[in-house]
Amino acid sequence: MDKLRRIVLRGIGSGGALAAALAAGVLKPTQVLAAEWNKSAFEAKDLAGALRGLNASNAAESRDILFRAPDIAENGAVVPIDISSNIPNTTSIAVLVEKNPNALSAYFDFTSGALPDVSLRLKLAQTSMVKVVVKADGKFYTVQKEVKVTVGGCGG
Amino acid sequence: MAEPMKIRAQMKGDSADIRVLMSHPMDTGQVKDAKTGQTIPAHFIQQVIVSVGGKVVVEGQIGTAVSRNPVFGFKVKGVRAGDKVVVSWTDNKGDKRSDEAAIV
Repeated sequence: MDKLRRIVLRGIGSGGALAAALAAGVLKPTQVLAAEWNKSAFEAKDLAGALRGLNASNAAESRDILFRAPDIAENGAVVPIDISSNIPNTTSIAVLVEKNPNALSAYFDFTSGALPDVSLRLKLAQTSMVKVVVKADGKFYTVQKEVKVTVGGCGG
Repeated sequence: MAEPMKIRAQMKGDSADIRVLMSHPMDTGQVKDAKTGQTIPAHFIQQVIVSVGGKVVVEGQIGTAVSRNPVFGFKVKGVRAGDKVVVSWTDNKGDKRSDEAAIV
């Protein structure tokens, strides 16, 4: 009995306190405010790290995401892309560029009547896979496309 | 201070097409100034919020990989011509800008 108590207390003392704080909602890992900039995802150096930052590591391939990007971009500094999701209850769209210094490029949350549809212009450092990750009903879906770059977007 | 944004909001069928052009250098912090050889510090928009008729419809977080002078397009349904569209951004240095337009 006493031994168990020791173990429990020790557990709380180390990682337990943090876990308890998380559970209680005192510290929310990625969002202290509704739209706190997701530093861990945006500053991740690779695709896997960025996906972890979005909690989207296990996104499933989907054909219901329409993703338009040029096959060849003459200028990597301005690559227009267009995304819309036909997956019901899509709540967010993220865009990641695999070979950029930081993979995550943009992340959008849609509420109150906004259609899950966004267009924007990206910088691509070099020819790369561009990956779109969509969140719908708490699940993640993805689609990707390679964009060839003839002049990089990050040169001097 | 940053230049005003250009916002165009137009009804197309039952949804509004909102296009925004922001004026911002979007420096990545990885480019060296050709003259001085100094790295240009990162200076980029981090947060974009679009609201229509007082309700937030899109909350975006963006990184350095968005092109200089960012352009975004969004679609919103359940809105009407005349509704006010407000777009605001905040960058990594704490600069802010907010502009508005009416849906036509």
